[in-house]
Amino acid sequence: MKDFQIIIGGEAGEGSKKAGMIIANFFNVYGFNVFIHEDYQSLIKGGHNFSSISVSERKVDGVREEVDFVLALNEDTIFKHKNKIKKEGGVLIYDENCTDKDFSAEGFKVVKVPLMEIVKKVEGINLMKNTALVSSFAKIIGLKWEVIEEVLGKELKVELEKNIEVAKLAFQETETVKEVEAVGEKKGELISGNEAVALGAVDAGLECFFAYPMTPATGILRFFVNYDKVKTFQPENEISVANMVLGAGYTGKRTMTGTSGGGFALMTEALSLSAQSETPFVVALSQRMGPASGVPTYQGQGDLLFALNAGHGDMMRFVVAPGDADDAYYLTGEALNTAWKYQLPSIIILDKEISENTYTFKKEKQVEKREALLAENNADYDRYDGEDISPMAFPGGEAVVKATSYEHDKKGVVTEDAEAIKKMQEKRIRKYEKLRQEVEEMETVRVTGSGSVAVVFWGSTKGAVLEAVKDLEIKAIQVLIMEPFSKKQMKEALVGVEKIISIETNATGQLSKVLQCNGFKVDEEILKYNGRPFSVDELEEKLKDL
Amino acid sequence: MENIVLPTKNTWCPGCGNFGIQKAITNIVSEIGKEKTVLVSGVGCHGKMADYLDINSFYSLHGRAIASGQGVKMGNEELNVICSVGDGDAYEEGMAHLIHAAKRDADITVIVHNNRVFALTINQATSTSPKGFISNSTPQGKTEEAINPLKIMLAVGAGFVARGYVGKIDHLSRIIKQGVEHKGFSFIEILQPCVAWHNTFADYNERVYELEKEFLPLQEAEEKVKEWDYNNMESKIALGVFYKK
Ligand SMILES: Cc1ncc(C[n+]2csc(CCOP(=O)(O)OP(=O)(O)O)c2C)c(N)n1
Ligand code: SF4
Ligand SMILES: [Mg+2]
Repeated sequence: MKDFQIIIGGEAGEGSKKAGMIIANFFNVYGFNVFIHEDYQSLIKGGHNFSSISVSERKVDGVREEVDFVLALNEDTIFKHKNKIKKEGGVLIYDENCTDKDFSAEGFKVVKVPLMEIVKKVEGINLMKNTALVSSFAKIIGLKWEVIEEVLGKELKVELEKNIEVAKLAFQETETVKEVEAVGEKKGELISGNEAVALGAVDAGLECFFAYPMTPATGILRFFVNYDKVKTFQPENEISVANMVLGAGYTGKRTMTGTSGGGFALMTEALSLSAQSETPFVVALSQRMGPASGVPTYQGQGDLLFALNAGHGDMMRFVVAPGDADDAYYLTGEALNTAWKYQLPSIIILDKEISENTYTFKKEKQVEKREALLAENNADYDRYDGEDISPMAFPGGEAVVKATSYEHDKKGVVTEDAEAIKKMQEKRIRKYEKLRQEVEEMETVRVTGSGSVAVVFWGSTKGAVLEAVKDLEIKAIQVLIMEPFSKKQMKEALVGVEKIISIETNATGQLSKVLQCNGFKVDEEILKYNGRPFSVDELEEKLKDL
Repeated sequence: MENIVLPTKNTWCPGCGNFGIQKAITNIVSEIGKEKTVLVSGVGCHGKMADYLDINSFYSLHGRAIASGQGVKMGNEELNVICSVGDGDAYEEGMAHLIHAAKRDADITVIVHNNRVFALTINQATSTSPKGFISNSTPQGKTEEAINPLKIMLAVGAGFVARGYVGKIDHLSRIIKQGVEHKGFSFIEILQPCVAWHNTFADYNERVYELEKEFLPLQEAEEKVKEWDYNNMESKIALGVFYKK
């Protein structure tokens, strides 16, 4: 058995997420690809949280509906998920004391563990139930005790010794049901998409990070407050954030922010200032289900057209759309380097699933900082000199550096002169042309498989789509760079294709509209807009008869 | 003194109070040097300062200069950041930034060109226009009371709170310089008559006086800022540093 689907769940505050992370680490050590989809609600206590863990020898970043193991910290979890357990070979593992119902006739195997008793025996706290549960699970699948010890040591920062005691007892009291063998060396680090964004930014030379908390982007802020080398600051609102990012950018510091749709909406005036003043601006825009406050902790891809159009005036931008942690790392590097080379806003459009899910991160391509075009810092400097990209100087030396939100002459002084206005608009357009040409050298779309039917998708749907089409004669086309959009690469990707289907987690087919604008007609749309990502099975079902 | 006035065509009205502020900034920059100084301006008549001076400048958005300015300071702590803002700019559109910058003691100097009117958009009332003020947005007279920004600044814990007047340029230059030298947040409100829409020169000339002390202890400062409440022209108007931490 080489593929597993596991669900672990409980109330908010019971630590099911942490437990899921520990399990993921077990399999990571055993050489599997691991993916965790987090499902939680916008509340602090109560409710129902669960992690769906996909374990495979191959890269599988999507969730299947049938599961091999359900690990329940409370009764609610059992009732919510027991119908998904495979009758053949499936196992339900739960705390003996959490329910008096009997599940022995359901067809799957039932393992009751006295989690609470174990915790009490060593005088631990209630939260340690999850340690007992993961340790029992490890024993059920025949993992080695050393692996458990190693992983707990890495994942638990407080009361490690007590937790080890709890784990040991649970391990002793559980029987092995089936042995899982290691499949090789570790395939990569387990990180969230938000962490991948942060790492990509660091490798591209990030120096400051300013943000106001908003799910699902808050994880990036959490990363940087614990990271000394990047100056991190949380101001009073997103308007302040965006204008601070520009202020720091003006002094030459690579700065970025992260937010979701609502916060991004507040940043749009500053986005336009970035374009006009040619001050680099980088934002990770992690979408959640909208409109407005929407469904804060659930999936949506409803901000693509907004990201492509936000900001007033004829303004140019660079927009990338990663589909997993590896994409997020690499494309964030591209976003930062591009914002600084072309002195314009870069948007990394993410979604709840990429931001908060955990991936096995392989770092397929290393991000490097590329220097921006700099001028000599001397007295005759003009900020907006040149035909397209103006070399940058920063305040603090002999050069007088004038940046402005108004249309301006080459010195950076306001102008209302018709000729001068036209000239500056054209300078920015030439700069964009240059960017457009450079983008042709980048990987803007990625093709997997072949067939006369193509599915086109973006963002986190990648995981489920690639898994669903792997045995079908379907060409899968992921859009990685949304703006400037490479018609050429899309055209090449579509050679031999007779039918185009777009797959998105929004209600109006925003990628289809982007394709339409670029002259590609989408024949069919598979849309999901209930806040949940696509499962592999549901896409297989929809695609198999094409 | 080095000439730092650019040959840009100046579009301020003849006699505008902004000329006095320009003179004061020129004085200060010639003392502290221009290399390490950045002027961050808002949008309004006041903002044009950025276009008229040959110094580093970040000409921000309406209301956002204080946010941009803090970004500049975080980007390079060696720079002296002077934010030239308007009353519409800082007391209306960007009030949150002003309050939070003061509260967090951001090391920037905010100078408010307070003409007590939205001037560039052609004469609308702001929150420091007096009650009863007749303008394009209040043809029957403003019904709301004016706010007292100095009171607000003291209430949120600003570490340097001062008021200057464009009719006293030497005094104004001195207090702005003290504000720039003050480590931490400094707030300087400048009474800047707008000759086009709100010409208060005569009233101010009659009422302003300079505080004798270099600065006051907090409690005394809190009392002193109440002396003139912005709604009338009945009391005297104190100038100088009201409070310094
Ligand atoms: C977001 C935004 N809203 C409105 C305006 C229009 N606007 C330009 S200047 C101004 C008023 C400026 O008043 P104040 O800040 O007091 O400056 P003053 O002209 O009096 O110096 C306004 C409302 C703008 N530029 N941006
Ligand atoms: S309108 Fe008022 S503030 Fe503006 S330039 Fe004229 S006098 Fe000065
Ligand atoms: Mg004004």
